Amino acid sequence: MSQDIVNVEVDGVAVQGRKGQMIIHVTDAHQAYVPRFCYHEKLSVAANCRMCLVEVEKAPKPLPACATPIAEGMKIFTKSPKALGAQKATMEFLLINHPLDCPICDQGGECELQDLAMGFGRDAARFEERKRVVKDKNIGPLVSTDMTRCIHCTRCVRFTAEIAGLQELGTMGRGEATQISTWVEQSVNHELSGNIIDLCPVGALNSKPFRYQGRSWEMTQTPMVSPHDALGSNLSGHVRRGTLMRVVPQANESVNETWISDRDRFSYEGIYASDRLLSPMVRQAGVWVTTDWESALEAAAQGLQQVIAQRGVEQVGVLSLPSATTEEAWLLSRLARTLGISNLDHRLRQQDFRDQSADPLYPGLGVEIAAMEQLSALLVVGSDLRQEAPLLAHRVRTAAIHHQTSVSFINPVAFEYLFPVASNRAVSADAMVAELASVGRAIAEATGQAVPAWLQGAPPTDGQRLIANSLCQGGRRLLLLGGLVERHPARADLRAVASVVAGLAGATLGYLPTGSNAVGASLAGVLPHREAAGEPVSAVGLNAAEMASTPLSAYVLFGGLEPGLDTASTALTGQLATADFVLAITPFASPEAIAHAHVILPIGTFAETSGTFVNVEGRWQSFVAAARLVGEARPGWKVLRVLANLLGLPGFDYESSEAVRLELQQVLGAVAHARVTSAETAYRGEWQIAGALAGNLASLPMYQVDPIVRRASALQDTLVARQAVTVY
Amino acid sequence: MRLGVVPCGPVGRGLKDITVASLRHFAKTLLLGELLSGLALTFKYMWKPKFTVHYPQEKTPQSVRYRGLHALRRYPNGEERCIACKLCEAVCPALAITIESDVSNDGTRRTTRYDIDLFKCIYCGFCEEACPVDAIVETRIHEYHMENRGENIMTKDKLLAVGDRFQAMITADKTADAPYR
Repeated sequence: MSQDIVNVEVDGVAVQGRKGQMIIHVTDAHQAYVPRFCYHEKLSVAANCRMCLVEVEKAPKPLPACATPIAEGMKIFTKSPKALGAQKATMEFLLINHPLDCPICDQGGECELQDLAMGFGRDAARFEERKRVVKDKNIGPLVSTDMTRCIHCTRCVRFTAEIAGLQELGTMGRGEATQISTWVEQSVNHELSGNIIDLCPVGALNSKPFRYQGRSWEMTQTPMVSPHDALGSNLSGHVRRGTLMRVVPQANESVNETWISDRDRFSYEGIYASDRLLSPMVRQAGVWVTTDWESALEAAAQGLQQVIAQRGVEQVGVLSLPSATTEEAWLLSRLARTLGISNLDHRLRQQDFRDQSADPLYPGLGVEIAAMEQLSALLVVGSDLRQEAPLLAHRVRTAAIHHQTSVSFINPVAFEYLFPVASNRAVSADAMVAELASVGRAIAEATGQAVPAWLQGAPPTDGQRLIANSLCQGGRRLLLLGGLVERHPARADLRAVASVVAGLAGATLGYLPTGSNAVGASLAGVLPHREAAGEPVSAVGLNAAEMASTPLSAYVLFGGLEPGLDTASTALTGQLATADFVLAITPFASPEAIAHAHVILPIGTFAETSGTFVNVEGRWQSFVAAARLVGEARPGWKVLRVLANLLGLPGFDYESSEAVRLELQQVLGAVAHARVTSAETAYRGEWQIAGALAGNLASLPMYQVDPIVRRASALQDTLVARQAVTVY
Repeated sequence: MRLGVVPCGPVGRGLKDITVASLRHFAKTLLLGELLSGLALTFKYMWKPKFTVHYPQEKTPQSVRYRGLHALRRYPNGEERCIACKLCEAVCPALAITIESDVSNDGTRRTTRYDIDLFKCIYCGFCEEACPVDAIVETRIHEYHMENRGENIMTKDKLLAVGDRFQAMITADKTADAPYR
């Protein structure tokens, strides 16, 4: 260890660095600022902007701090006349071709070139020749280009090559003719491509939906949490006069590092969709009447009470979107349970509920997100990982490339992954159970364990043996069940086999649920068979699929769920049409709500309400309301609280969403902060190895996952969004 | 000499307080000297030429830098100068300017809303100074009034109309001022 320490001197101060570190690491660690454009912590070193030149004793010329490794006894001067002279000269060269269009540039005010030009630029140009002009490229509906502004730092090129794994941008030409461009007029389609906007130190790459909408200094920044996938990426919402103008990432090394997916970045447009509900509405004699909150809530409470009195509580079904906040989930669960309703569910896309009693307390990943990189082997069953959780796919990619994790997939089709995959098995939806069983048998054979009787009939192939061998040796292994397993018509069978396979291999069994807060909803007890903290209920209610197939007299739809788009089947629409009373608590006036509901109460989206999302590793991430509520809309938790008050239910006197969260955490006790649940492997049910499936297994396109994303216009214009739903 | 220290006469004071200065002051007051010198000034000005301006028939001369009503200018080809950089909004010390911007039909950066609240405006001229394209200017117009609530908001259309109507004057003023900037 001691020989790894290198003693250097930065601006006359003796400091220590580790062997192999570059000068810029040491200067950054000791608050000696060195200007830079091309250097980025998460990307490889290019050393092509030359802005970070520093003086090093005995070196004949200034050296780039980002690409010079430290050596014992090195004396570094970051502010000496020679270093400053080199930096100022570099800045003058960079400004030769940079246009002076800061007033119309969206980067103006948050531009690295602008900032450094203040510190290192001359006040007058000496360059009198013609400036370079570069044609702008159309690289898709998300990123706008002004290529004349480009300073060729190649951060975007390195991002697409190293982080995204799909080199969609590259440099063409040499010298002054260098251009950043896509390959023959293609667009940039990767699901993380929006990050090049943040990486670009100048205004060459900017957000297209945000183009010319506002300036950086007129917005306030509020932390938010992503509502679209189970990772809970940390976001910063930029708000101007109460309106969410754009979303940028907030660094959190243990969740999203410094990246966010395009879905998280551009979905904010959906909040201000044209069908956003502005005031409560009540259907009177078949006609929608816009009304005030008091009468709408009265109508909602009366409608529910009437159905309960006439038809009984078992005729009421409550369905919630899995992206409702934990506070909303807890209030919904309490409201339903206090009324005696047990038809309550958030697992809208699930079809197979046979083994729900054996579900884990919550569908957790089994390992921490950051620990994904340290796995020795990973088998993903039924997940288009890049579409489901783009940043989890990035973690897996890091693991596969930098930590030699053996990653295998069993999917209905061989999805494209941008990293080395040990085995990418594509089997038909009905053969997935048999495939996994064969892997289990191969594991039993490889580890010398007794092959269970039910696996005898499935002799493993070489491909299955390959997966088996990687999964039963090495350090930490994970068997991850993705969204396709969740939606699979034979989910119980798959899960049963998976739990046995994980047990045989000594691997952890993990889940990747759909929706941002399936974990929170499970903990809060938005389930027909369990109360909060997984307490079983005496009388199991109807699950989401049964509520869609059984005609009930009243439905409560929470969070803006749209039947057919957010549920496994379209059957729910038919039940809503015949129900006596439908209460939709939703941010959007969706066609189904308008057609079938009787009372619609407008609520705020994730950006306009305070709340908590519990992510897939059990991390509670609370956030405050970033934007002002649109129209008469109110936060969901307030609507539920007042509704409960009007229904005469006791104990709904919360002053804030924190009070709701604290109450739930009190109910949950120790479970509340158990970061990662070890998923159980106890379930041993009956399963079928092959045979006709009871339903369809369909893909869930990335930009169709929830009502907000479906309304985000720029995302819907992307090439990815044009993929149709595939039935496997 | 500080005000209030001068004794106005011997009244109420001891003899030892009587000085030469106090006696001289007492005499001057008794003989109405101050009144007479004041009246002398009045009569002197009575025969001099008057400089009262008979507004509105007469007006005083204005500087080309006079900061009155705002206007948005256009280029000679009719294109709006304003590029929605929002520097005027940022620099405005009274927060009188509100701008919203978007991509225009021809792909350029343009304002969709440009409001100046004349009640908030303190006519400091910072907006004019901040503007990189000389779009927002303060004209020499200072005779205007509002009759209804809301008319204090100069919208983009109104500002452009002012700019169009007084284009010649604004251009002449800017040209006259240019050598000194």
